[in-house]
Amino acid sequence: MSDTVFTPWDDPGQEPLIQFKNVTKRFGDFTAIDNLTQDIYAKEFFALLGPSGCGKTTMMRMLGGFETPTEGQILIAGQDMSNVPPNKRAVNMMFQSYALFPHLSIFENIAFGLKREGKSKPEIEERVSEMLRLTRLEKFARRKPHQISGGQRQRVALARSLAKAPKLLLLDEPLGALDKKLRQDTQFELMDIQEKTGTTFVIVTHDQEEAMTVASRVAVMDEGRIVQVATPADIYEKPNSVYVADFIGDVNIIEGHATRAGDGYDITFALGAPKLHAKTSTDLGPEGKCALAIRPEKVSISAKKPAKAVNAVEGEIIDIAYLGNISTYHVQLAGGQMVKGQAANTQRLERRQFTWEDRVWLSWTDTAAVVLEG
Amino acid sequence: MRRFSWFNATSLTLGFAFLYLPMIILVIFSFNSSQLVTVWAGFSTKWYGELFQNEAFLDAAWVTLKVAFVSSTLAAVLGTMAAYVLVRGGRFMGRTLFSGMIYAPLVMPEVITGLSLLLLFIGIGLDRGILTIVLAHTTFSMCYVSVVVSSRLVSFDRSLEEAALDLGCSPMDAFRLVTLPIIAPAVISGWLLAFTLSLDDLVIASFTAGPSATTLPIKIWSSIRLGVSPEINALSTILISIVTVGVISASLASKSAAVRREREMRAAERAEA
Repeated sequence: MSDTVFTPWDDPGQEPLIQFKNVTKRFGDFTAIDNLTQDIYAKEFFALLGPSGCGKTTMMRMLGGFETPTEGQILIAGQDMSNVPPNKRAVNMMFQSYALFPHLSIFENIAFGLKREGKSKPEIEERVSEMLRLTRLEKFARRKPHQISGGQRQRVALARSLAKAPKLLLLDEPLGALDKKLRQDTQFELMDIQEKTGTTFVIVTHDQEEAMTVASRVAVMDEGRIVQVATPADIYEKPNSVYVADFIGDVNIIEGHATRAGDGYDITFALGAPKLHAKTSTDLGPEGKCALAIRPEKVSISAKKPAKAVNAVEGEIIDIAYLGNISTYHVQLAGGQMVKGQAANTQRLERRQFTWEDRVWLSWTDTAAVVLEG
Repeated sequence: MRRFSWFNATSLTLGFAFLYLPMIILVIFSFNSSQLVTVWAGFSTKWYGELFQNEAFLDAAWVTLKVAFVSSTLAAVLGTMAAYVLVRGGRFMGRTLFSGMIYAPLVMPEVITGLSLLLLFIGIGLDRGILTIVLAHTTFSMCYVSVVVSSRLVSFDRSLEEAALDLGCSPMDAFRLVTLPIIAPAVISGWLLAFTLSLDDLVIASFTAGPSATTLPIKIWSSIRLGVSPEINALSTILISIVTVGVISASLASKSAAVRREREMRAAERAEA
């Protein structure tokens, strides 16, 4: 890794590789992409994340040339792509179904695109062997796709789409068909290959863990719009809306009324409940409705009220989710509000501190919660 | 396993007897040494020898094969093209009408198809002969090909074609290099179907055949009217054997391919684990 952090999106001098300019795509009455503008930079690993039907696949298919925008423009390396068919684009795609040609061997599958380019035989052979090495498939070159396992097929699909050394590689739910263990291994492999080849990757996924693991930036989409684009850490720690906070990971959402106090806001959320305080740069005006988003791992749980805690609320344990390394406690506050807190299971189970129906205190710091517009 | 009851055995025997008894009688009498087709007079293969001396039958057989080969090939090409456009062509004006029309000849009485073709050929002044039989057979068998091929295309993973485009193929190349090899089994079975339909056809051929060309079914039909000859039994036996061998070997080949494929897939998954 270089010692400078990779953030081309913060550098105004950088020319983006891909530009969506006010792109709208309609299928009949249905708007799949709604006036979307977004830049993606060279060498990025850009993840499109969202529930099914949010438009992420349509965005990718437009980059591949399989769909054309109804309105707006898509530029790749400064060139308008509206009338460029898929076979004339320096873009390759790895399909969700892998789309391996069943009548060709693994070698011929990977060589397919190179043959179309009219490369010489020795050149093709060299490039294919290189791809086979990269994806550790040397042993399987002569086999047909049905003679290898799912994980190997996935690597063939990757090798085939990388063989032409595209400027941009599109990955459509590439790991969806693999089981969890294989998927995690493959994620790191993907990142490794992306770094080695220096290709720009755009990945479509509905699996937030996958997006967080592999991507340099994540775009969270909803109903044809991008709700937030940020690094995985920022998406998690600084969500810009309740939708993003809720979509990524586990979160407590406390709705209440905010009044400006010091460098943040005081929040009242229920009658009789103590005021909460959160530092923030979000500007809600002097007062207004708000939603507090607090990750459960930032909520500590204790038997007595902690002396110095800025935010502390009392409640009763309703449910305990034991996950092995940690436990999540579902605590009901006096007003009925549920708040989840997590504690690491550093002790053996039989010596666990809290159990069902215990009265406990939940506390968090003034920087733990994110203040969002309610 | 369910027990094999007497009821099952009886119905099976009756069913098979109903289907195959006439053919078995025909085959047995083809080896009859007597001229009379209904009286058994001892084993002989002489009618096979005489059949191969009979110029008229051999000519008709040759015409039939030529017609069947050319018309089924044309039908395979046209039927595949029609199926591709109907399944892949997206929405276009009159698509529903077209897909309905392509299947109409399947249910159209052959007499009507034959008659209308005859009127057409007379109308445009085309002399009846091999060419007109080929055209007629192509017309009615291409819709069978199209049905077979389109059912394959419907289940065909479209992303395979997109992958081909993505890797630099023009749409034409994508069809030639990816779609066609994958749907080839369906095209071949369509071709075989068209071939057998053409071999078998009597009605349409008799409308469109002329004095210069007679197909085997017409020849058999017309010679029957002069009395059944044991030669025809011999000829039918040959046809039955060809068809039987063809069908059995085709189904064995496809079954063993499926078994091999299944075994290889399981082996690949085991190797992974």
